[in-house]
Amino acid sequence: MKYLGRIVFAAAFAIMIAAGMGQAKAADSSSPIVIPTHNWSSQVVMAYIIGGIFESLGDNVEYVPADSQAVYEAIRNGDVTISHEVWQSTFGASFYNAMAKGGLIDAGTHEAETLEEMGVPNYVIENNLCPGLPNWEALANCQDVFSTADSDGKGRWLEGPQSWHGDLMPNRLNALGLGDKYVVKFAGGADAIWAELSSAKKEGRGIITFNWTPNFTDAEGFSFIEFPPYYDGCRIADGGDGKCGSPKGWLKKAANYKFPKTHPAAYSAFSKLSFTTTQIGQMAALVDVDKMSHQDAAKAWLAANEDVWKAFTE
Amino acid sequence: MAMNRISLHSKSTQFAALLVVFIVLCLSIDPTENSILWRLPALLAGVPAMVNNSVEFVMFEWMPIEIYNVEIEEYEETALVKEITRSFSGALLFCIQFIREIFLGGVKTIVAFTSWDYIRENPWAQWPALPWTVVAGCAVVLGYALNGRWLALLVAFSTIYVAVFGQWEPAMETLSFVLIAAPLSVLLGLGLGIVAFKSEKTEAILMPLLNVAQTMPHFSYLVPVTVFFGVGDHAGAIATIIFATPPMIRLSLLGLKAISPEVMEAGMMNGCNKVQLLFRVLIPTARRNILVGVNQVIMQCLAMAVIASFIGAKGLGFNLLLALNQLRIGQALELGICIVLIAVVLDKLSLSWANKQVDYFADLSFVERNKYALMMLVVLLAGVVLAYLGSFIFKDGINYLYAIPHNKGITTENFWQSGVDWMVDNWYSGLQGFNTALIVHILIPMKNAYLSMPVSATFLLVMGVGFIIGGVRSALTVGGFLLFIALTEWWDRALITAYMTTFAVIVSVIIGTVVGSLCARSGLATKIVLLVCDTLQTFPSFIYLIPVIMLFGVTDTSVLIAVIIYATIPATRYTVEGLRNVPESLQDAGSMSGVNHLQRLINIELPLAFPHMMLGINQTVVFALFMVIIGAMIGTDDLGQYILKSLSDKNGIGNGLMLGLCVAFIGLAVDHLINRWAKDRKTALGLA
Repeated sequence: MKYLGRIVFAAAFAIMIAAGMGQAKAADSSSPIVIPTHNWSSQVVMAYIIGGIFESLGDNVEYVPADSQAVYEAIRNGDVTISHEVWQSTFGASFYNAMAKGGLIDAGTHEAETLEEMGVPNYVIENNLCPGLPNWEALANCQDVFSTADSDGKGRWLEGPQSWHGDLMPNRLNALGLGDKYVVKFAGGADAIWAELSSAKKEGRGIITFNWTPNFTDAEGFSFIEFPPYYDGCRIADGGDGKCGSPKGWLKKAANYKFPKTHPAAYSAFSKLSFTTTQIGQMAALVDVDKMSHQDAAKAWLAANEDVWKAFTE
Repeated sequence: MAMNRISLHSKSTQFAALLVVFIVLCLSIDPTENSILWRLPALLAGVPAMVNNSVEFVMFEWMPIEIYNVEIEEYEETALVKEITRSFSGALLFCIQFIREIFLGGVKTIVAFTSWDYIRENPWAQWPALPWTVVAGCAVVLGYALNGRWLALLVAFSTIYVAVFGQWEPAMETLSFVLIAAPLSVLLGLGLGIVAFKSEKTEAILMPLLNVAQTMPHFSYLVPVTVFFGVGDHAGAIATIIFATPPMIRLSLLGLKAISPEVMEAGMMNGCNKVQLLFRVLIPTARRNILVGVNQVIMQCLAMAVIASFIGAKGLGFNLLLALNQLRIGQALELGICIVLIAVVLDKLSLSWANKQVDYFADLSFVERNKYALMMLVVLLAGVVLAYLGSFIFKDGINYLYAIPHNKGITTENFWQSGVDWMVDNWYSGLQGFNTALIVHILIPMKNAYLSMPVSATFLLVMGVGFIIGGVRSALTVGGFLLFIALTEWWDRALITAYMTTFAVIVSVIIGTVVGSLCARSGLATKIVLLVCDTLQTFPSFIYLIPVIMLFGVTDTSVLIAVIIYATIPATRYTVEGLRNVPESLQDAGSMSGVNHLQRLINIELPLAFPHMMLGINQTVVFALFMVIIGAMIGTDDLGQYILKSLSDKNGIGNGLMLGLCVAFIGLAVDHLINRWAKDRKTALGLA
C-alpha cells in the first residue's frame, strides 16, 4: 500500500510542478471553505456573515445544508469545514463524540452567554396566570393552568426531543417534588415548540416550554423559570440530587483539524471571531422581525458592523 | 359457493378460537421483568454497536493508504474504501453541478477542469446563468414538441409560477439533482429488472432486499449515507436513488414477465440477436409497466426533496424547512406547490417522450426536421435580448428579465398566514373537546392495551393469523419478523408504533373506501380524485404538520391526523381502481337480476374489487408506517423518535439501520399476510 501512496505522491508532485511553484507561501488555499446551514435564522445569517468575512480575506466559500446533529460527523470527516453555533446542552454530546473520534477541533467560544432552560412566555407572568412565577416554587399550585389534553390533569412541560438532554427534565421534576403534578412531553423538534408557543399566545393559554437565549423569542418576551442555582455535580447524571436548574452555557465554534493548516488566515479570523448575545439577537431579528432574506440580512449586518468584524481579521 | 361458505365459516371459527386463547394469555401472564412469556430478553442489543464498529473499521481503518495532501504539505493516512466512495461522490457531484450551472451559472464546472487557484487568478472565468425566460421558453417548446398545445400550456404555467413567486433559484437547484437522480434510478431499476428477469437466482436474492428497501423509513439510512458518501447534493441524490429505485425494478420485472412467449419467439424468428431482442422486442413490449415505473421514480424523487436536504441537498426542500422553522406556512406552501409542479411537468414530459412514435418514412427538409431545435435557438436569442433590455428597464439592482432572486417575487404568504391564524383563532377551542375526548377515551386506552400485551400472546395472535391465512409457512415467516423485533431492546417502542399505525390504518381505510366508492360512480370524479391523490403524494407532508400542531398541540392526535391525511391516498386510489375494473358484464348481469345501486355495490362490486382493495390496504399500512416515523418530528415516543435520535447517537449507523429494520419488518409481516390472503381470494373469485 505504501507503493500506491508513492504513486499518488508522484502524481501530486507532478501536478504541483505543472501548476507552477511560484505561488505565495502560507496564503490560504483557494479550495472553498464549507460552511453548514441549519434550519434556524440566526445560524443561517451568521453562516453568511462568516462567509462574507472569509470572502473579504480572499477565500472561496461554499454553503451546504446539513442536519444540526449529524454535522459534527461531517466536520470530522472533512466534508464540512466549520460549525459556528455549538450550543452546550443541545449539541454538546454530538460535539464531544466527534472530538473523541478525532478530526474535529474546538475553535474557541463566543462571548455570548447562553441559557437553555424551561420557561414561560411573558404574558403568563403579566396576566398572573400562575402567581409567583418565575420562581419555580410557584409551579406547585398551578398545574391546572399548564395541563393539556393528554397530560391527565397534570401540568405539562414541553421539552425538546430526547436527543437533546435525555431524561434531565423528568429527573428534575421528580427531584423537586413536582413529579405527581407535572409530566414531561418530548417534542419532535424546535418547529413543534414554536408552533405550540404561537398557538398558545393567540389563546393566551399557559404553557411551559424548553427554550433558549439568544433566540428570536427574546424579542417577543420570554421568561425563564428560576430554579435552584446550578453547581458542578448537582445533576443526577453527575451523582447529585438533581435539584438544580441549567448552568449558563457556552456557545462554541468547531472546525476540521486541517482547517488551520489549509487556511491559516481564515482560521485565525475564525478563532478570534466572537459574537455577543445582543449581536446574535440582531442577526436573527433582521430575518424574523424585519423579514429580510438571510443573505440580505448578512450583507446588511456586515455593512453596519464593520468595526466589529474587521477586528477579527487583523 | 356452498363449499366456499363452509370453509369461510370454519375460518371464522378458527379466528374466534384464536382470539379466545389470546385473551386468556393476556389475562394470565404477569407483567414481571424476568418472565420470558412477558418480554423476551434483548439478545440483539449489542448488534448496533457491532454494525457501527465494522462500518467504521471498513471506512476509516481497513486497507490504509498514504496520500500526500498538497494543501497541508503532509502525508495523510486514509482508508482505501473511503477514497473510493468519495471519488464516486465527487463524480456524482460534478454531474449535478454541471446541470445546475447550465441553469444558474457558477464556477464549479470550470474548477473541475482547472483549479480554484485558476479562478482566483482569472475572475472572468465564470459560467453565466441562462436567463429564466430562456429555460422556461425552451421547456415550453419541448412540451409542444412532445405533446402539443396542452402540455406546452402546462409547462408555461408551471415555469412562470416558479419564476414569479421568486423560487426560480431553489427550484433549479432541486431540478438539477432530480435530473441526475431520476435517470440513474430508472437505468439502475431497469438494469436490475432485466438481470432479475434473466436469472431466477438474482430474482430470489433481489426480492427480499426490495421488500426491505421499500418498507424501511428513509430517516434510518441517512446517517449511513453520510458516513459512506459525505454530505452534499450527491448524498441527497444517493439517498433518493435508494428510495426511488425499488419500484422501478419491480415494475420492469413485472412488465418483462408479462410478455407472452409468442412475442419473444417472433423476435427470434426474425433473427434478433440477444441485444436486439432485449431493446427492440422485450423493452418496447413491456413499455406500459416500465412507464408506470418511470412515473413512480419521478414521484419518489420529488417526495424525497425535503428529506434529502437533511443531508445536504440544496433547493426547495431546504428552504421549506427553513420557512417552517419560522412558522411561515404561506411561504412553505408556495415552495411545496413548486415541488408538485416540477413533479407533474417532469412526469408528463417523460411520458410524452416515451410515447412519441418515430416516423421512419417521413421525407423532411433540414428545417422541418429541426424546427424545434431552431425554435429553441430563437427562444435563446430572444431571451438574451430581453435580459439585455431588462438591464436598462430595471435600474435598481434586480433585473427581473434575467434572474429573479430567491423570495423577491410576488407572494401570497400573507393570505395563507392569515388563513392559518383565522383557523387557530376560530377552531382551537371548539376542537379541544374532541381532542381531549379522543385522547382520553380512545388513544390512551388503546396505547395501554398494546403495551400490556405479553410477548407470548402477541406471537400467538400474529402467528395464529398467519397459520389460518397461509398455513405453517406463513406462520413461520411472520413469526420470524416478529422475533427479530422482540429480541431488540425496542419491543415496547415497536408496540407504540404498531398502535399508532393500527389506528391510522383503520380510519384511513374507512375514509378511503367511502370516498373511493362514491367517486368511482362517475368518470369525472374518478379523474379528479386520482389527480388529488397524485398531488398529495408529492406534496411535502411537513407543511401540514405545523398547522396541525397549532390546532392539536404536541400530542398523538396531531401525529395521527398527519398520518391519516397521507395514508388515505393509497386506500382511496386502490378502491377507485378496483371498482372501475369490475367487468361491465358482471354489473349488467346484476342490474338484470334487479338489484338496486346500493345492492349492486355491496353484493357485486365490492366483493369483486376486494382483492385489489386489499393491496391498497397493504400500501396504506406502508404509507402509515412512513408517516408515523416522520411524526417523530411532532413528538412521539415510538421507534421514529429513536430513529431521529440516531442522527446524533454514537452508534448512529447501527441504531438507525436496526430501527429501520424493525419498522420494515412490521410492514413486511402485514404485507405477507395481506398478499397471501388477496391471492387466495383472487383464485377463489376466478380473477387471477
